[in-house]
Amino acid sequence: MSPHGETLTAAGTAPAGTTTDAVPGDPAGTRTDGPARRRRGRWAPYLFVGPAGLLFLAFSLVPIVIAVALSFQDTATLGEGSWVGADNYRTMLSDPLLRTALLNTVVFTVGTVPTAMAIGLALAVALNRPLPGRGVLRALFFVPMVAAGVVVGVIMSWIFNPDYGVANNALRALGLGGLPWLTSPRTAMVTLVLVVVWTRIGFCMVIYLGALQSIPSELREAAAIDGASRWQRFRRLTVPMLAPTTSILLILNVVFSLQAFDVIYVMTGGGPGFSTTVLIQYVFRSAFADARMGYAAALGLLLVLILLVFTLLRQRATKKAEELL
Amino acid sequence: MTAVPVRPAPTAPSAPTRPGGSPRERRSSRRRWLLTAALTAVAIAVVFPLYWMVVSALTTGGQSQSSEFYLWPDAPTVGNFTEVFATQPVWRWLGNSMLVATVGTALSVCVSLGAGYALAKYRFRGRGLLYALFLVTIMIPIQVTLVPAFLVVARLGLVDSPWAVILPTLFDVVGIFIARQFMLGVPDALIEAARLDGAGELRTFFRVVLPSCGPLVGVLVILGFMNRWNDFLWPLVVLQGNESLTVPVGLSTLTTNPAFSSPWGAVMAVATVAVVPLLVVFLVFQRTFVQGIASTGIK
Repeated sequence: MSPHGETLTAAGTAPAGTTTDAVPGDPAGTRTDGPARRRRGRWAPYLFVGPAGLLFLAFSLVPIVIAVALSFQDTATLGEGSWVGADNYRTMLSDPLLRTALLNTVVFTVGTVPTAMAIGLALAVALNRPLPGRGVLRALFFVPMVAAGVVVGVIMSWIFNPDYGVANNALRALGLGGLPWLTSPRTAMVTLVLVVVWTRIGFCMVIYLGALQSIPSELREAAAIDGASRWQRFRRLTVPMLAPTTSILLILNVVFSLQAFDVIYVMTGGGPGFSTTVLIQYVFRSAFADARMGYAAALGLLLVLILLVFTLLRQRATKKAEELL
Repeated sequence: MTAVPVRPAPTAPSAPTRPGGSPRERRSSRRRWLLTAALTAVAIAVVFPLYWMVVSALTTGGQSQSSEFYLWPDAPTVGNFTEVFATQPVWRWLGNSMLVATVGTALSVCVSLGAGYALAKYRFRGRGLLYALFLVTIMIPIQVTLVPAFLVVARLGLVDSPWAVILPTLFDVVGIFIARQFMLGVPDALIEAARLDGAGELRTFFRVVLPSCGPLVGVLVILGFMNRWNDFLWPLVVLQGNESLTVPVGLSTLTTNPAFSSPWGAVMAVATVAVVPLLVVFLVFQRTFVQGIASTGIK
């Protein structure tokens, strides 16, 4: 017997059995009690959702409205601003730094998302088999997810330190030259992509693993009996069955990459030069380093727009995937 | 799970699994061990950065500030820990982080449970609109609302207090979403039965609905704690005095702190202190942890 029965008995109203054993959707009981209950409990949903609603109002909705208002203002410092119409949006069109930031965002996203998903899928397929110690392995791959972005940032900055970092020390011990890693505009982005992929593969693995476990093993066995090779089974059976998961993971990873801030902020701060300034870095930089709040707000809304497009794409993709199945 | 027979060549004719001892079986087991070995190598590479964090925290400045390649310090020492704890308010940072994470999580879980219940189990005016508005905020990165939210917090006179960190993060869309999904699965019959028995709305929630939400609360607590413990940008903006920082913010100030001749040992010591509590939580509650992170993915 579940705890519900006991608590109700303790409330002194009914024997435990009648409550938990009630048939789902007992129509008689619902109907007779309906109108009375509705009158009595009308305030209840508002009470339950009230705290969330108030917090949402104060710390989400109001700031968003202020942000939209700011995007039509020119503000030298905090507070006072003058209305400038769509000037901030017009500035965006001819801002070479914004172009760089958008390009970097594309490079960063295209570098991180497919790589992390491919490695995650490979690990999931491998760990879906009965292997010795697979529980431990799964846990190990997942561990980087636990570390804060700042922690990842400082560890990786240290590992890739060009003078004393273990990466270059190892390369030099092997007789190879060290690499500049984060200190050169040519290698900084690649290094960042590497680090972010590292933080992300555990997540992709877990999601893929969950999806793989829901594929009936009879299917794979049937395919094997029909003479399909391992690769054919993967290509023709596993990959199509995973398509809905892949589309969800794709959009999620894109959103993660578009919002990736802490690691980049700690490791490069967008530099050297502007080589790792992605859009979200540029928003932050405009607001706090350049003190252009209005422009930063407009840039931020551009980012929201991009995120919205991806979310809508994802909804369509998932719907399509559902129709196919 | 049933083992799928391993097929060495794509051209292999179809045949059911043969009883043990056949060459194919032996080859299959060899391949399994090879695969395990390869995966272990990858796992070591994945865990290495965290291992290196601990090693660097235990290495003297002399050895770590050199171009020598080593995997374990010649003379492991806790000197980095004692130095950084003596010169920086690391205990205060830990205390602040603990306060923000525990109080914030406790309150936020209550808010999410209530909102999730209302959105899942009541029909009320404006429900659809409210839920849609909630969900849209998932897409709004914090950088966009950073300045306005700071203005709100400043107006409330909270800057530099732990409440400046706690209050704005109490509204947690993902938590509300997970709570709603879970509560949709709580049978209506259970709730109706409680009402039939004369239980009020609040009693129904606390005595009937909540007790069946154990796994949900587990996921919310772990996710909430992890996100608050790791949170960086918002605390960075609203906390100012060195004494009132949380661990990640304090950590980020160390890399540029001129007080350290070799900051990396100190940085790695604080990084270790920042990660270990979460690692312990992760190892103890691994299942809930993974479930929680996975469920944020499948929204």
